[in-house]
Amino acid sequence: MKVSLFITCISDALFPPIGEAMARLLARYGVRLNFPQVQTCCGQPAFNSGYWDEARVSARTILEAFDDSDFVIAPSGSCTGMIHHYYPKLFEHEPQLQEKALALKEKTYEFTQFLVQVLGVTDVGAVFPHRVTYHPSCHGSRLLGIKDEPMQLMASVQGMELIPLPYAEDCCGFGGTFAIKMSDISGAMVEEKTQHVLETEAEVLVGLDMGCLLNIGGNLHYQGKPVRVMHLAELLYEGVKHREQTAGV
Amino acid sequence: MSKPQGSSVKERAETALKDEFLVNAVKFTTEKLKNGKKAATAEHGNWEEWRERGRQIRAHTIAHLDYYLNEFVNNAREQGVHVHFAPEAKDAARIAVEIAKHKQAKSVVKSKSMVSEEVHINEAFEDIGIESIESDLGEYIIQLANEPPSHIIIPAIHKNRYQIAELLSKEAGETLAPDTKILAGFARRKLRDKFLEADIGLTGANFGIAESGSIVIFENEGNARMVSTVPKTQITLMGMERLIPTWDDLEVMATLLPRSATGQKLTVYMSGITGPRRTADGDGPEEMHIIIVDNGRSLQLGDPDFQELLNCIRCGACLNACPVYRHIGGHSYPGTYSGPIGAVLTPALNKNTEEWQDIANASSLCGACYEACPVKIPLHDMLVYLRNRKVERGYTAAGEKLAMKGFKMLMKSSGRFKQAVKLGQTGQKLLVRDGYIRSQFGPLKGWTAYRHIPALPSRSFRERWPQLDAEVGASLPPMPEAMKSRMESIVAGRKERGMKR
Repeated sequence: MKVSLFITCISDALFPPIGEAMARLLARYGVRLNFPQVQTCCGQPAFNSGYWDEARVSARTILEAFDDSDFVIAPSGSCTGMIHHYYPKLFEHEPQLQEKALALKEKTYEFTQFLVQVLGVTDVGAVFPHRVTYHPSCHGSRLLGIKDEPMQLMASVQGMELIPLPYAEDCCGFGGTFAIKMSDISGAMVEEKTQHVLETEAEVLVGLDMGCLLNIGGNLHYQGKPVRVMHLAELLYEGVKHREQTAGV
Repeated sequence: MSKPQGSSVKERAETALKDEFLVNAVKFTTEKLKNGKKAATAEHGNWEEWRERGRQIRAHTIAHLDYYLNEFVNNAREQGVHVHFAPEAKDAARIAVEIAKHKQAKSVVKSKSMVSEEVHINEAFEDIGIESIESDLGEYIIQLANEPPSHIIIPAIHKNRYQIAELLSKEAGETLAPDTKILAGFARRKLRDKFLEADIGLTGANFGIAESGSIVIFENEGNARMVSTVPKTQITLMGMERLIPTWDDLEVMATLLPRSATGQKLTVYMSGITGPRRTADGDGPEEMHIIIVDNGRSLQLGDPDFQELLNCIRCGACLNACPVYRHIGGHSYPGTYSGPIGAVLTPALNKNTEEWQDIANASSLCGACYEACPVKIPLHDMLVYLRNRKVERGYTAAGEKLAMKGFKMLMKSSGRFKQAVKLGQTGQKLLVRDGYIRSQFGPLKGWTAYRHIPALPSRSFRERWPQLDAEVGASLPPMPEAMKSRMESIVAGRKERGMKR
């Protein structure tokens, strides 16, 4: 069974610990991830801006990378959503590639979907004694319907106080190139989001998409607010280590 | 507050964002409407099923629009209605003006109609010296302010009651207290005279029923009922896509529309009008005209990416759900329609020409509009398709084009991508302070004006991979049998489906 990691360009370059947490967490269930080096980016920055030729060039590396994988896992609802929702359309005029795109769609899972739906794991055995709030990213929750999976995983974490984020379903204002092109609208949106995060008085903001977390985390840091921002994979892995260390003492 | 000024959406949005009154007023009301919808759909209990039914009815009608238009027109004519076709906005205005001239009308009283805003009917009447008065309270307010509506169902959403009191006081010639009852009372008295004086009543139509040639109007104030019963002549403007096949289909729409729009289970007044007054009728116009307006709608027919736009029932739920609309208000959008539906509809109705294009960028593509839509129009997809058409037609900024060329170069091969990340790791050193980049330089200025950027770590994930993989492989436990068989059955199921395909 070949289970491959689609790291996503943003986590590859900016947040390597997320991929590490995924690899080490899944290894505990006997899943040894494989990492095809030819992958680059799902193509969203170009696709969402309307530059589909450019997006296809990037997306082809993804089709090639995971051609012979049985499962593909990504730490992002947005990049997974791109594959699920738009790849078949992106390659509609290239039947061979579209076939590959449809096959890739079938086997690609966002990280929590894979844990819960495929492996059937809802409790990784983590202990995380902190006050945490969760931002459900739009593409994951709306395009892929990821709502219960992270909730189940978080509910099983011991010692963690999960504070509901007010207006959680509101977009954080990231939107890829939107944040640059319409920077003032995006800025107003992220400020509203961080306001809600701060209202929870959480120590940690957790999510499933580093685009959104780069945005919200960046604004929190800009405001000098010491909220730690984590991907759920990191939180779960840190929680597992924490339990083992405290149990070992 | 006046309309946000500027030549582009970005410029108008920037002014709007600084207008605290506007932002607060829009936030307050959209929030109320959104919560109303949430409660009403939960209370309904079977919302998703009805939503799908609504989508099917609308999609079916639009797919067979020629058939249903023909049926509608024949039935309406049989009932004695004068039916007219207006290929463009100016034709609709011209036809209405001709009717008014023929009737030697001095005044027109209107109920709320977005299509009448689209064809600028008030201006057309005023040009020939006919008074045209809005009788929906919100529309009346913005008519006094000389502004277009900033929301599909709440046209004066951007105004608070103090601003409204000021406008109505000017009209009254005395100071009216900023009290909702007092203000509505003044408008009611004032408009009552207008209903009685008017030679022509002008309405829109929420739906046209093909099987009987009737029009149906949803409203909460009773003004549309006055407009359609008191004046001797009625003119109804109707977008050509407003049809549904039968009265049975109206049940679905009468459930979806008010719940989505305001959270009401039913609208306060729902009037079904079939032809002009008959001899035995107690009221109603002696003469009735329906002007069916195309104005760019037929361009969407047969277009796989945009045909579903015609399914829209104009409830405004996408506006209330949209975080961008909430921050910038309706006047930041060009054209008559605002919010996510406007961002797609306005360019589409106008042949996607260059001047309308910047609006497609004013979305984070969060999909809240699609989620809110009672007939499931994929507006978030359409916004991307619109951007794609813009690029294909060459309506692009040079800087963006260059950036995308760069993206393509970078992402074409993993070797280049890896190199570029390496370059970034070394190149960023001058900019990084305490692990973050803060300086506002070049294209990142928009980003760093609101956020710091964490520095690239010294080694990317792909550089770390060989060591990580070796470590993981060294102590890998066997996979539990249960998991193994789950994975195997998923792969097997996939193969089975693949064979069927």
